[in-house]
Amino acid sequence: MVALTPISRTPVSFYVPVVAAAGAFAGLLVGTAQGSSLLGIILGAALMAAVAYVLTQIIKEEKAGIWGLTALLAVAGFLMGGIAAALIGAAFGWFFGWFSFWLYEGRYRAKVAPYLTPRQVLWHFTFRVICGAILVFLITPILVVMPLSFNAEDFFTFTPEMLRFDPAGYSMKHYEDFFTNSDWQGALKNSIRIAPAATLLSVGFGTLAAIGLSQPHVPFRRAIMAILISPMIVPLIISAAGMYFFYSRIGLQGTYAGVVLAHAALGIPFVIITVTATLVGFDNSLTRAAANMGANPVTTFFRVQMPLILPGVISGGLFAFITSFDEVVVVLFVGSAGQKTLPWQMFTGLREQISPTILAVATILVIVSIALLTVVELLRRRSERLRGMSPS
Amino acid sequence: MSDNTATGPDQFTGATPDNALRAADNADHGPMLAADGTPLKKSLNRALRRQKLRALMLIAPLLVFILVAFIAPIADMLFRSVENQIVADTLPRTTDGLAAWDSTSGEIPPPELFEGLYKDIFIASERKLHTRLGSRLNYELTGVSSLFRKSGRGVEDIGEVYQDQFEDFNEFWKDAENWNPLMGSAEWLEDMAGWDEKSGDRQPAFEIRDEVASVLPETAAMYETFAEFVQFEDEDNLLKEDPWAIVYSALYADLSAGADVASLSGPGSAELQEAAVAVADFETVDYSAAFEEIDKDWHSIEVWQTIQTYSPAYTSGYFLNAVDMKKGPDGPEMRPENERLYIKLFIRTMIMSLVITGSCILLGYPVAWILANLPARTANLLMILVLLPFWTSLLVRTSAWKVMLQQQGVINDTLVWLGVVADDSRLALINNQTGTIIAMTHILLPFMILPLYSVMKTIPPTYLRAAKSLGATDWTAFWRVYFPQSVPGIGAGSILVFILAIGYYITPELVGGTTGTFISNRIAYHISSSLNWGLAAALGAILLAVVLGLYWAYDKIVGIDNVKLGG
Repeated sequence: MVALTPISRTPVSFYVPVVAAAGAFAGLLVGTAQGSSLLGIILGAALMAAVAYVLTQIIKEEKAGIWGLTALLAVAGFLMGGIAAALIGAAFGWFFGWFSFWLYEGRYRAKVAPYLTPRQVLWHFTFRVICGAILVFLITPILVVMPLSFNAEDFFTFTPEMLRFDPAGYSMKHYEDFFTNSDWQGALKNSIRIAPAATLLSVGFGTLAAIGLSQPHVPFRRAIMAILISPMIVPLIISAAGMYFFYSRIGLQGTYAGVVLAHAALGIPFVIITVTATLVGFDNSLTRAAANMGANPVTTFFRVQMPLILPGVISGGLFAFITSFDEVVVVLFVGSAGQKTLPWQMFTGLREQISPTILAVATILVIVSIALLTVVELLRRRSERLRGMSPS
Repeated sequence: MSDNTATGPDQFTGATPDNALRAADNADHGPMLAADGTPLKKSLNRALRRQKLRALMLIAPLLVFILVAFIAPIADMLFRSVENQIVADTLPRTTDGLAAWDSTSGEIPPPELFEGLYKDIFIASERKLHTRLGSRLNYELTGVSSLFRKSGRGVEDIGEVYQDQFEDFNEFWKDAENWNPLMGSAEWLEDMAGWDEKSGDRQPAFEIRDEVASVLPETAAMYETFAEFVQFEDEDNLLKEDPWAIVYSALYADLSAGADVASLSGPGSAELQEAAVAVADFETVDYSAAFEEIDKDWHSIEVWQTIQTYSPAYTSGYFLNAVDMKKGPDGPEMRPENERLYIKLFIRTMIMSLVITGSCILLGYPVAWILANLPARTANLLMILVLLPFWTSLLVRTSAWKVMLQQQGVINDTLVWLGVVADDSRLALINNQTGTIIAMTHILLPFMILPLYSVMKTIPPTYLRAAKSLGATDWTAFWRVYFPQSVPGIGAGSILVFILAIGYYITPELVGGTTGTFISNRIAYHISSSLNWGLAAALGAILLAVVLGLYWAYDKIVGIDNVKLGG
């Protein structure tokens, strides 16, 4: 959307009050923290109005103005409350410098449609701020865990040392605990033993069935699909209860095989969905061409069909893997102490003796999921490129 | 499956057997022949059949796997929610007798029934089954568990009345070595003599002597029960085990009924004849009074009503329990006010799931809108912020919320630092409904954003501009033009989030405390703590029915085939 609107500088009577309003808000935050909200509002508004005027009308030099203000407020923050406050001050400084010039130059209008009324422009930006806040809500819990996992104390909150960026406030001891504690290592080992086996089972069965389901003539396709997808729909606690009852009848409760079987069943819908989605764009004349040239069905499958649907199979496999790797409800019931997985250990850790090692594990798992997410995204792009190449 | 017509309207154009079949149908001149001389139609039908078969063969392994590993467990759970064989299995004589008893008569069952009860409980307590039955019936009537435990000990005393009298009368009756030749058949005794206990061979199964069985039917039956238990459940040597006290009771019953012992010969017949004369002077047992002595609850109508109500092999009792009702003498009735629990819990689960769904719509709608309307490059970048939580382990996110929402957690610390709340009045954000709602909204938000996004992506932005250029205000243009088009996305996302929320277990368990838990937490409690599996299964069945209903609606609105994952 590069609907460029010609921009022009705005009058002082517009941007100075707006910056002052923003300053009042910032002043409210700082003032409340220091004990007087009202004083904060007044001081913030007055100071920022002055800053905006000085920057645009006297200094005029944009870069120098912004960085100068940043440095100034950083020093002021440092004098008030150490390094953490200095960082906050610097952030405020940079923001107000940029904000003043952004309004003054009229740049805020450049990317919105020229016919919008001022109220619509205001709403446009308010809406973005709201969306930004929601995205912050989405991502904060994950981001907060990471620094906390380096806590030198056994606390679940930021200690004063951490806020001062004192190196003594940070340590790797929770990671050390994870890598040396036999409970955690046993759980990790179990997870690593269970998830790949379950993934292999669900990918093997799932891919075959997905190929079968994408044939042009499948009797009872809807009914079969409903059954195959059901492990994803039925609430986990019900699956867990049913499996617990049934597997203890047939002697699988509390065994490695039982847990693998249960996890494979839970992963299958994901494989079915991703692989059938890949097969939708598959050109069947390719297999006919291969057969025409003398390839038998097995060769055709491995040399022609498989390479084309491989991205879908792999991302289905990753989904199945993460399902099993993250799963805790079913393994709680179907497994016994010998099959204690990482999520299970985390669950008991959170419920009983809450230890910050959980945060270290959580950070490691977040990094693993970032890696997986990247792989899936790359595979999706590759699959689209491959399908784009095949004649339709 | 093997019909020879084309399968429905064909989406496939080109050379499929289906289309060729239609072409062959349409041809009105003589049968066309394939290269090998068979009519074309027949040959195409064969090809079609083969294709269907091949597709089914590919699906079959997975279908079997899912049926065994997933559908069978669910079916088993549903079965357990009505199954109730334990009462009739453990107390067969009592439940038979109770069938004729009128529970509304206001009188306790007749004395004969207590004799049956004595036998049932005696055998059950030898097998250690009476406590299990006690805890089963305790779900229906509190106090039954201890009643059965007490009775298990008490029946031994009842039996000893006759046992002592027989043994006092003649030492002969004391020992296993005298009983076995009396009761066992000659062949069996021979087999036992030839059996070496240490060899590890199976003990020869006890066989009753035919004459004894006809003269002393009850004794024979009881001795067979005893012998089977000793030989195959306890795996002890029958020759060395003295009979149960109840065998003496049966012997007394046979003899006092005037058994024709004179016709018996062989080992022990002399002692038996003596005993037959002596039993006339034996002290007798009033079973009804004896049970009253064990626990006077045995003379309370309520206990008997409960046993009678739960004697059938299948019961609706668990389901009635699950909706706060119970079986009374005249059909289902509500439980007393203070025992009602589950309806409230179901309603709370529903309301909280609705609140979570609502907040997901509120938070998800703007984000989906902005993702759908930003330039692709920026949108993809922001999409990562949505997908990362989606891909992160559930436990990680729950632990993050647990850390953030605590009294000494990050949120409270920040609020205190900002001066919004005082240090001594920190907000209680965890272990209550607030905690569950915040954490679950965060966890389920991606499931709302993704379907909304995929629907909004298809709404052309020109519609909004057209509406505005025709004079609509911002609000009218949104409400009358854009919003109706995005409703399918809201529907899909809401049902998805609601289905997921209603069955959630982990997060409510960890951050919900006591007021923020769901019905699933209660199910888990009944499976692992209270061991009332039937009730857990019934609650699960109700929850499953609700979810399947919603799933059906989802299929109608969105279609199962359109489920998409991440982006």
